[in-house]
Amino acid sequence: MPLSVNDLHVEVEGKEVLRGVTLRVERGEAVVLMGPNGSGKTTLAYAVMGHPRYKVTKGSIELDGVDLTGLPAYERALKGLALAFQSPIEVPGVRLGYLLNMINAIRVKGFDLSYVDPRFLSWARAKARQLGLSDEMLEREVNVGFSGGERKRSEVLQVLAMNPRYAIFDEPDSGLDVDGVKVIGEAIAEMKRSGVGVLVITHQASIADFVRPDRAYVLNRGRIVAEGDYELVRRVLKEGYESFLKEVS
Amino acid sequence: MGEPVRVARERELREVIELSEGSVLGRVMPYPKEVEIRGRISRDLIEEISRSKGEPEWMRLLRLRALETFEKLPAPNWLEGVESVDLDEIAAYVRPKVEAAESWDQLPDWLRDAYAKLGLPEAEAKVLSGLTAVFDSENVITRVKEELKKKNVVFLSMDEAVKRYPDLVKEYFGRVFPMADHKFAALHYALWSGGAFVYLPPGTKVINPVEAFFLIGGEMEGQFEHTLIVADEGSYMHFIEGCAAPVLKKFSFHDGMVEIYAKRRSEVHFTTIQNWSGSIVNFNNKRAIAEEEASVEWVEGSIGSRITLTYPTTVLKGPGARTKNISIGIANGPGKIKDVGAKAIHAAPNTRSLIISKSISSGGGIATYRGLVKVLRGATNSLSHVQCDSLILDKESRAYTLPRNEVDEPTAEVTHEATVGRLGEDQLFYLASRGVKEGEAKAMIVSGFIRDVLRGLPLETVSILLKVIELEFSELGSVG
Repeated sequence: MPLSVNDLHVEVEGKEVLRGVTLRVERGEAVVLMGPNGSGKTTLAYAVMGHPRYKVTKGSIELDGVDLTGLPAYERALKGLALAFQSPIEVPGVRLGYLLNMINAIRVKGFDLSYVDPRFLSWARAKARQLGLSDEMLEREVNVGFSGGERKRSEVLQVLAMNPRYAIFDEPDSGLDVDGVKVIGEAIAEMKRSGVGVLVITHQASIADFVRPDRAYVLNRGRIVAEGDYELVRRVLKEGYESFLKEVS
Repeated sequence: MGEPVRVARERELREVIELSEGSVLGRVMPYPKEVEIRGRISRDLIEEISRSKGEPEWMRLLRLRALETFEKLPAPNWLEGVESVDLDEIAAYVRPKVEAAESWDQLPDWLRDAYAKLGLPEAEAKVLSGLTAVFDSENVITRVKEELKKKNVVFLSMDEAVKRYPDLVKEYFGRVFPMADHKFAALHYALWSGGAFVYLPPGTKVINPVEAFFLIGGEMEGQFEHTLIVADEGSYMHFIEGCAAPVLKKFSFHDGMVEIYAKRRSEVHFTTIQNWSGSIVNFNNKRAIAEEEASVEWVEGSIGSRITLTYPTTVLKGPGARTKNISIGIANGPGKIKDVGAKAIHAAPNTRSLIISKSISSGGGIATYRGLVKVLRGATNSLSHVQCDSLILDKESRAYTLPRNEVDEPTAEVTHEATVGRLGEDQLFYLASRGVKEGEAKAMIVSGFIRDVLRGLPLETVSILLKVIELEFSELGSVG
C-alpha cells in the first residue's frame, strides 16, 4: 500500500495551484518529481504534509490506505510522513539537538519538555557527523544563522530522526556543493534501501544519480503531464523543460 | 455604617463537582468551612476577623489604622482589571474546618488528596527544609525539618509569629512595604491572614529551600496572606512560593504580600511559581530592603491566574547591595492579563541591579512589562541593566513594554534593551511536520525563549516551571 495522491486540487489564498494531481510512491521506492518553477511542486509537498494555508478543494491523500486529507500536519507526521523543506524557516529559541530529542520523545514517550534520551542523542550526533554537521550545530537554534548547506543537512537529519514510512524531499540538493549532494544523495538512497518510500523534488541529474529513481513525474501548471522511469528524468534534464513540455503537449 | 457583617460558621459547602482537565484540581472542591466572614469592608468586619483570630491588641490596632488608610487612599487609576473586583462581595476571611497540622497524616483526606495532586508532600520530602501551606485564610500545615531546627531558624505561620515572637514581628512587620503605599497594600494590612514568618540568625546558611504554598478552595473569596523574611547578617536562604486554585465559576481575589529584610552581607533568593487557575485576580505586593553588600534575587514565574499585577521591588539601601529580578509572565487565553514588572531603587553607592523580563502572550492574552529603575542622588557608581524580551505567539495577543528610569546620579549607568519575537503559522507548520502539536510547539518555543534565564536557577525551580508551562499549553495542544 503506497502513499497516494488522488486527483488533488489545492487552493492557496483563493487561487487554484494544483488542478488534479495523481501520483503514488511505494515503500522502498524512489520517485522523482520534476517541473519548471511555479508548476506547483512545493505546493504539492505542503498540501500532502498538511499546511493549513493550502486548502484541498477536491481529491485525497492516502498513506497505506489511511485517508490523511482532513488530518492536521502533526498527525500525518506521526502516521509516518516526513517532509524535508526546501527553505526551512528559523525557529528561534529551539535548539536543533532539542528538537531532535523531542522528535524522538514524542514517538517513544509522548510530549515531555524535560525528557532526555542519551542513547538517541548519541545516535543523532553520529548521524549529524555523517551528514557533515559538527556537534556544535546541535547546540544552535534551528536554522538560525545556518548556511544553505547546513539547512539541507539538518533537514535530512530531522527526517531520519522521525523514522518515517514515506519522506518528501523538496529540492534537497539546491545550493549544495558536490560533497553535499553526495552525502545527501547517499542518505536518501540508504533510506530507500531500508524500505522508506521517497519522493524527491529536484532539477538536478547528480542527486538522481545517487538516488536512482524507480519512477518519475513531470508537473506543469498544476497537472502531471508526463510519467515514466529514470529515462524520463534524463530526457527532461537533457532537453530542458521548455522543449520537453512542447513535445508532450 | 450600612450593612451588617455576615459571619457564617460551620457551613458545609455542597457544590457540584465537574472535573475539568484544565486544572490539576479540577473545578470547585467541596470542603467544610468553620468560619466565613463577608460584608462591606468596615470596622465591624475587621474587628470580627481580629476577634476570630484571638490576636493581640497591637495587631488589632494596626489593622484598624490600615482600614483608615484604605478608606482615605484613591483607587489606583493605572490598573487594568482590578476595578472588576467588588470587594464587598468577596469573603474577606475563610477558615476551613481543619486543625493546623504538623504532619500530612493529620490532615483530613480531602485536603491531603488535593496536596498530593499538587505534589507537595513529595517535594517536601525530597528537596525542602521546611514547608507551610495556607488554605484559604489559614495555615493548615507547617513542616519544620531537622536542618531548620538545628540552625535555630525561626519558621512558622505569620499568625503564630504574631503571638510567639511579638518583638521581632513588631520590629519588621510593615516596615519594608508601608501600608500607605497604595490602596490595596492598605487593604492587605487590614485583612491579612496566614502566611509565613522566617528569621535567619546571623551567619545561618539554609541549604535546602523553604516553601510556602497558597491554595484558594472556593469562589468569591479573598486571600491576603503575609510573608515576612528577616535575614540577619551573613545569612542565606532560598524561599519558594507556590500558588494554586481549582477552576471556579466566579472569581476569587488574592492580595498577598511579601516583605524581605536582608541585613548586611545576607543573601535571599525568593522564587514564586504562580499557577493560579484562570479564576483568580492576583494582586501581589513584594518588596525587599537590602542592606550593605546584601543580595536579593527575585524569580517571578507568573503563569496562571486571570489577571496578575505584581512588581517585586528591591530597595538597595546599603553600599554594594545588589539585586537580580527575573520575571517570566505568560498571558495565555482571551482576557488574560499579566501586568508584571520589577522595581529597583538605588539608594546607596556601588549598588547593582539586573532586571530581566520575559513575557509571553498567547491566545488573546495581554502581557505587559511595567518597571522602574530609580537611582537617587549620591548612589554613586551604581549600575543597572534592564532587559525585556516579549514573545507573541499569535495575531490575537499583545505585548507592551513600559520601562521607566529616574536617574538623579550622574555617575550611575542605567541601560535598557528590548526585543519582540513573533511566532508565525509557518513555524508552527514546520514543527507540526515533525509531529509536534500546536500547544506542544508553543511550550517548546516558550521554554527555549526563557532558557537563558533558567540557567543558574535552582534545579527544583527549573523543573517545576517547565512542568507548569507544559500544563499551561497542553489544553491548547489537545485542540490541535
